[in-house]
Amino acid sequence: MPIRVNGAEVPPPDDARISLLDLLREHLHLTGTKKGCDQGACGACTVLLDGNRVLSCLTLAAQAEGSDVRTIEGLAGDRGGLHLLQQAFIERDGLQCGYCTPGQICSAIAMAEELRRGDPSYVTLDVAAGPPVVTRAEIRERMSGNLCRCGAHNGIVEAIEDMLAETAR
Amino acid sequence: MSKLQNAIIGGVRAVLGQVPAAWLPGGTPDPLIDKRVALGGQQSRVDGPDKVRGVARFAAEVPMEDLLYATFVHSTIARGRIVELDTSAAEAAPGVQLVMTHRNAPKMSVPPAIGITNLKAAGNHTLPIMQSSEIRWNGQVVAVVLADTREKADHAATLVRVRYEASPARTRFEVGKRSAYTPESLLVERNRLDKGDAGKKLAEAAFKIDAVYTTPWENHNPIEPHAATIVWRDGKLIVHDATQMINATAGSLAKIFGLKAEDVHVSSPYVGGGFGAKGMWDHQILGAAAARLSGRPVRITLSRASMHRLVGGRTRTEQRVALGADADGKLKALLHHGYGVKPLHSVCDEAFSLTGRSLYASESFDVVQHYVDLDLLANSFMRGPGETPGTFAIECAMDELAHAIGMDPIELRRRNASTRDPVSGAPHSQNAMMAAYDLGAARIGWDRRTPEPGTRRDGEWLIGMGCASGTFPFTRMPGSSARITIDAEGHAHVASAAHEMGMGTATVQRQHTADRLGLPLDHVTVTIGDSSLPFASFAGGSSQTASLAAAISAASRKLATELIQLAGNDTPLAGLKASEVEFADGGLRSVENPARQESFVSILRRASRRELSVIGESGAPLEILKFSMHSTSAIFCELRVSEVTGEIRVDRLVGAFDCGRILNTKTATSQFKGGMIMGLGMALAEETLLDERTGRIMSTSLADYHVPVHLDVPDIDVLWTDIADPRAPLGARGIGEIGTTGVAAAVANAVFNATGKRVRELPLTLDRLI
Repeated sequence: MPIRVNGAEVPPPDDARISLLDLLREHLHLTGTKKGCDQGACGACTVLLDGNRVLSCLTLAAQAEGSDVRTIEGLAGDRGGLHLLQQAFIERDGLQCGYCTPGQICSAIAMAEELRRGDPSYVTLDVAAGPPVVTRAEIRERMSGNLCRCGAHNGIVEAIEDMLAETAR
Repeated sequence: MSKLQNAIIGGVRAVLGQVPAAWLPGGTPDPLIDKRVALGGQQSRVDGPDKVRGVARFAAEVPMEDLLYATFVHSTIARGRIVELDTSAAEAAPGVQLVMTHRNAPKMSVPPAIGITNLKAAGNHTLPIMQSSEIRWNGQVVAVVLADTREKADHAATLVRVRYEASPARTRFEVGKRSAYTPESLLVERNRLDKGDAGKKLAEAAFKIDAVYTTPWENHNPIEPHAATIVWRDGKLIVHDATQMINATAGSLAKIFGLKAEDVHVSSPYVGGGFGAKGMWDHQILGAAAARLSGRPVRITLSRASMHRLVGGRTRTEQRVALGADADGKLKALLHHGYGVKPLHSVCDEAFSLTGRSLYASESFDVVQHYVDLDLLANSFMRGPGETPGTFAIECAMDELAHAIGMDPIELRRRNASTRDPVSGAPHSQNAMMAAYDLGAARIGWDRRTPEPGTRRDGEWLIGMGCASGTFPFTRMPGSSARITIDAEGHAHVASAAHEMGMGTATVQRQHTADRLGLPLDHVTVTIGDSSLPFASFAGGSSQTASLAAAISAASRKLATELIQLAGNDTPLAGLKASEVEFADGGLRSVENPARQESFVSILRRASRRELSVIGESGAPLEILKFSMHSTSAIFCELRVSEVTGEIRVDRLVGAFDCGRILNTKTATSQFKGGMIMGLGMALAEETLLDERTGRIMSTSLADYHVPVHLDVPDIDVLWTDIADPRAPLGARGIGEIGTTGVAAAVANAVFNATGKRVRELPLTLDRLI
């Protein structure tokens, strides 16, 4: 079964060892998805697999057969331009070197969906009280799997707040 | 570094002491200190759109036909030699094209060491690379496996069999301290400082502190792993690298492989975080050697483990600080002694003992540092080298002294802040550290702090507040150059082999060039990141912005001269000298009579020229030898410590900086915050763990080496004095490193204020607090 990557169907690789990350970067030349550690510790390789965030370095390409993979290159859709969150990252300077950025953005987009459907987190004060109130602590906890070494954390959180505020309208 | 260097630099300083300041660079303050349009504003970074869309191309992402992937096999002993090396299974594995070891590696010279006199050298160590069976550190590369996919290379690397004969290795810090050596100089400074009788003054002081502070080995861990895509074409070496030393890497590779300088091309338009780590290490050299041997392009991307085995970090330090003060808190004696690790083959100084020499006007000094020579990987510079561990020791000691006297810690600093260089007596170019303290104290609400430790509480949480000074010297590199090209539309294009690792290099120099040439921002482009562009020094020591600014400024003066020549006699500018014109409104005009003006477009058109190019170069940074040029900061922290678990939660960080004028408020804020967050990591979590029995690093992943994550990072406030440094281009000193300095001390001092526990060892992990 093919893998759908940003809407295009690609055949699964012949070598079963190939991670989804290496399929994207080395075989499809979709290098927007970054390799930071190849061990599931940094989040730079985060992509959306059927809408959920996954670490593509810990996902075998074969696991994505029949699934829909969306990467940073596919976020703006066919319109081109920039996704709301991409624009907010620029406005809030939620990046410096730019290497963790695609992973942060993909992660945050899926995180917004998790918040919307009411998934609790470690910092949710009352898990029985319905959907968690969006606070900076909630965003920070839920984004803690995405490391940034340049220290753009404040800007990233502000950009995500901008996106959440915009989409809540 | 040598006695000779001390003599030369001492001599130049003595001479410059007599030379009028007006004759030196910065003698006439840069007019752009006050004349600002784009500068000083809030500009989004120009490469932001490419970075958020994932189309900014990093070193491991350059497409290449026929590419081979390299994987390294690392030694598992610290010292000794290889006695058996079986590569047959690896060579027979599917897809493997080559296994390179010392038996078949090409001849390569030792890397030329990074130094203050050779800007084309990038060697962090001076050991031969894969030239013999000798092993010098645990993790040294013993084999390079090339295969047509990464998976095949990784697998084949596991099939290489190596047997070693180990020699006794020196891997223990405490043992090594007994035979530590004392370098003559540290960077450009003399190491040993003895001024006044510090021992006697300390003994006689009304108040004294004498304590030992330690900081651990730390690693940069940029999120982009070190990587290079390398190809030889017609005898020329092309390296797509992730480096903050483009020209130095090119120059070094030329030396190592016996090539002409122009036959090495290094390209590095984007670097995914550097912090000092992205220089030249063995991987580019081995990758180039393997590419030559295999006759095919090679991509090497270091795994996290390989990064820790091949790329040096900041040495651990052990620092004794003794402070003596009179009843009014005036410093009578400052003693700062200590140890760091620096193997004899290692190049980069960790000059922590320079910190206390510029901050405070002590009556006497006794300062010296020693290095322990161990069989370990060489060091590298890491953000705020020297001052980052140095401020931890000095600024914790200042806090301890304030507590001993019963004085507010800010007041203690106010009474001792230097008004000129405390050692040489050289005047400050500009310094307003106490103004930074005033800004920061007001922002965090310092008046809410209770001087008595352990007196603020919220349930199980003890609440405290602390402060500390940060400092970093101004540096400007000579020989950096930039080309300005004016095109027929009157647009300016700047080019220089400078670096972008997240600082916003092109963004800020675009603002600078627009203001320098009187152009709107959208008429200026800046291209950096390639050795084919005019020479630039490395991005380090917070020097790049000032060095580039000086180069662009020099180029603009040449541009004025050439434009006047080009304009000839049929111009309103006829008869004017370059010194009598200024850039304005997309052209030149007379300073005296602004009505006499002509645009770039008009000058070029009349001369039938499509474009005009000039190259300017930054001159020798003599100003730093005449003036004491240091940035300073005041860092504030408010935090909670759980009485139950010892967990620290930092609630607020405030950094107030005195770094001259700020050029782009948006990117500068990010730079300062980024530095502070690295300081926060140093304070709370970061530690490279070494197995001292074997010399092997244990913490070789991001799961073992803890950097701050989102939940660790509070809202950070950044403030600045924005007072121009009249001696610096654009009135601005570098801002990349200072953010990290002082933060760990501010956190430790806040922990003391919260709990009454004085922890003198980093990181401040839970076990040290319960």
